[in-house]
Amino acid sequence: MTAAPTAPRVGARRIDLAKLLPQLIAPVVALLIAAAISSVALLISDKDPLLAFKHMYEYGITPDSQVEILNKASEYYIAAVAVAIGFKMGLFNIGVDGQSKIAAFMAGALASASFMDWLPGPARIVLIVVVSMIVGALWALVAALLKTQRGVSEVISTLMLNAIGGLVVTWLLNDHWGKQEPGAQIKTTGILPANSWMPGLPIISGTEQKVLGFLAVAVVLGIAYWFTVNRTRFGYDLRATGYNPFAATASGVNAKRMVITAMLISGAIAGLVNLPRMLGESHTYTEGFGGIGFTGIAVALLGRNHPVGMALGAILWGFLARSQIILDLDSIPKEIVLIMQGVAVLSVVIAYELAARIGRRAQQQRVGAATAAPVGSAPLAPATEDSK
Amino acid sequence: MLSAAAGAPVEKPKSRRMSTPVILLVISGVLIGLSLVHLLTGADDVTSQGAIQAALQAAIPLGLAGLGGLWAERAGVVNIGLEGQMILGTWFGAWGSLQFGPWVGLLFGIAGGAVGGLIHAVATVTFGVDHIISGVAMTILAPGIARYLSFISWGSAGATQSPTVPRLPRVSLPFVDKLAGLEKHHWFLISDVAGVLRGLLVDVSVVTILAVLLIPLSWWLLWRTSFGLRVRSVGEDPHAAESLGVNVYLYKYYGVIISGAMAGLGGVFLSTVSSAIYREGQTGGRGYIGLAAMIFGNWRPGGLAIGASLFGYTDALQLRRGSESVHALLVLVGALLLALAVWEFIRRNRVLAISSAVLGVLSYVLFFSVDKIPTALVQAAPYITVLVVLALAAQRLRPPAADGKPYRRGG
Repeated sequence: MTAAPTAPRVGARRIDLAKLLPQLIAPVVALLIAAAISSVALLISDKDPLLAFKHMYEYGITPDSQVEILNKASEYYIAAVAVAIGFKMGLFNIGVDGQSKIAAFMAGALASASFMDWLPGPARIVLIVVVSMIVGALWALVAALLKTQRGVSEVISTLMLNAIGGLVVTWLLNDHWGKQEPGAQIKTTGILPANSWMPGLPIISGTEQKVLGFLAVAVVLGIAYWFTVNRTRFGYDLRATGYNPFAATASGVNAKRMVITAMLISGAIAGLVNLPRMLGESHTYTEGFGGIGFTGIAVALLGRNHPVGMALGAILWGFLARSQIILDLDSIPKEIVLIMQGVAVLSVVIAYELAARIGRRAQQQRVGAATAAPVGSAPLAPATEDSK
Repeated sequence: MLSAAAGAPVEKPKSRRMSTPVILLVISGVLIGLSLVHLLTGADDVTSQGAIQAALQAAIPLGLAGLGGLWAERAGVVNIGLEGQMILGTWFGAWGSLQFGPWVGLLFGIAGGAVGGLIHAVATVTFGVDHIISGVAMTILAPGIARYLSFISWGSAGATQSPTVPRLPRVSLPFVDKLAGLEKHHWFLISDVAGVLRGLLVDVSVVTILAVLLIPLSWWLLWRTSFGLRVRSVGEDPHAAESLGVNVYLYKYYGVIISGAMAGLGGVFLSTVSSAIYREGQTGGRGYIGLAAMIFGNWRPGGLAIGASLFGYTDALQLRRGSESVHALLVLVGALLLALAVWEFIRRNRVLAISSAVLGVLSYVLFFSVDKIPTALVQAAPYITVLVVLALAAQRLRPPAADGKPYRRGG
């Protein structure tokens, strides 16, 4: 008990290198493990792993690739932030995929409906963003209410809502609201008028390609995420609930309200996931959208829910997704990247767990050393008596 | 000694537990209900042999995934990775069958799932990773492994599916097939019973029989042997179990590996019994639905089997003129929901009464406003059923006390 007042002074005063270092080494080790295991897989199938990595790197750093990597990364990053908001309080929104699909579909269908023709372009973009966020939040709200009112685990309900959301979109797209351009094979929600296409950003030199304009929104989102989690009352409650739900409840946090708020925010962000492509590239919603939700989970895990960590994770995932294309030319199965990603996620969560243990042990030892009685001084027992 | 100390608080005979007459009553109630639907709406595929056979076929993988969930969660480990272990089962089952014949393929599929379980156990038990996170990582990893192995085994054309897989034998009870005559007449209840019996007993795969037997076997192992008692004690109170000399880590490993093996068998079933080919995305979320069936079944084998049958039945309807059958079943669903509303109203559970009344009325509105349910929504039926059933049942359930909590020795 006597150690208690001194503990915070040792632990939290400034950046704690002994605690931080293992956390930084962990992802590097995990990625090395992923590279090693995929090398073994390649060697078994008689391919040269070093050649594969070399070509992937060379292809991945070309200007065109850089553009595409940033495009993919902005989608992954938005999905990761949506997941991370829940993770921060121990809430598992695995339904980002369904939320993003139904949100983009509804927004796309509404924005390209004929009764919307009078709307000026920029206002239409705002409309799409707002509607996407509302629909995504409402789809997530179903899971939140099932959890708070009926005690249904959000893990199961969001997974079911993913499937249901996808099928509802299929039904509405094919039977009701879908439009088929002349000569096209598939139905879409209709091409948006050109005045509401989001302009690209010419930030990569050496190529005609432009980065999707929504990247800017993703960056702003990351900053807003950092601010909300670390500098607001809500963020504090969120983290407190994540660390210790019982202590948070005891200190006045309304657990049910936290679940509903966090889920609404997570769903609203999830609603944005498909917008980089929809506003800047395809200009319509097709059934090809989706599948980014699980990538978002992977990126959030990789980046430890940290805004910068997730950005690095999103770029890495984007790099892997882009540079795998080149492997086909060397007749190396590009599917190796899937193994690399899967192993990376699994080993990174193990590595972080180990790093946390090592960090805790180091901290405990230092606390122990700092609070141990100096040789020859009076025993601690009387002090304990005083403090009572 | 262990059974006296750790067993007593763990396993109390429940007053709500169903006796044999009650179970028989429920079964006949369901049959009569379905027969009435058949009679009122004329939708033959509600109780036809084909529909029941398809329902059994659909229920087996769900039940096996549910058993997988049961074994892991009874040992205190949540296994969201069931879906991933099932995927490994589908691939290794198909590959083993093609290489060494169907029986060895069966073993390969089980082993593939078990290896998936082992990975989950290493992450959650040895390294203390959050169970859900490890499970999600497993569902990201498994499709990657399956895709890569498919590619190197079957070439670029085979990256997403295998050649045709040899199948295990199917068996029938000979005299039951004669009931086909009765089924044709569409007599109330009699023809329906004939259809159900033929569906369950004619042309059944040996894997189906094995899977059905695994349910009582799991019950016996978990509740009637000292091995099972130790597995359950580890899921209820690992510290108490440790203090009594149970090797907690080891028994958690047993639970999770068996869990993966069950899911793997479910996967083999999908690629070698329900179909004769491995296809990417074949599992279609069945691992998760199986987990939901187990939750609905209150972490018990019997309840899990009922849950799997229910979800399997709704899953199978889409194959047999689903638009009409689901439309017809809305009558029954609506009636059940309204009855539940009255029951909950009497018990003064107002929120639940109102919500089930609304859902019940909605079912009837839907029934009278359309003639056919759109195909996409028929496919959504099992997922919607899971949500509604869990919403109505979730609060009466009791998971193992230490379920999902990481355990550190001496902590």
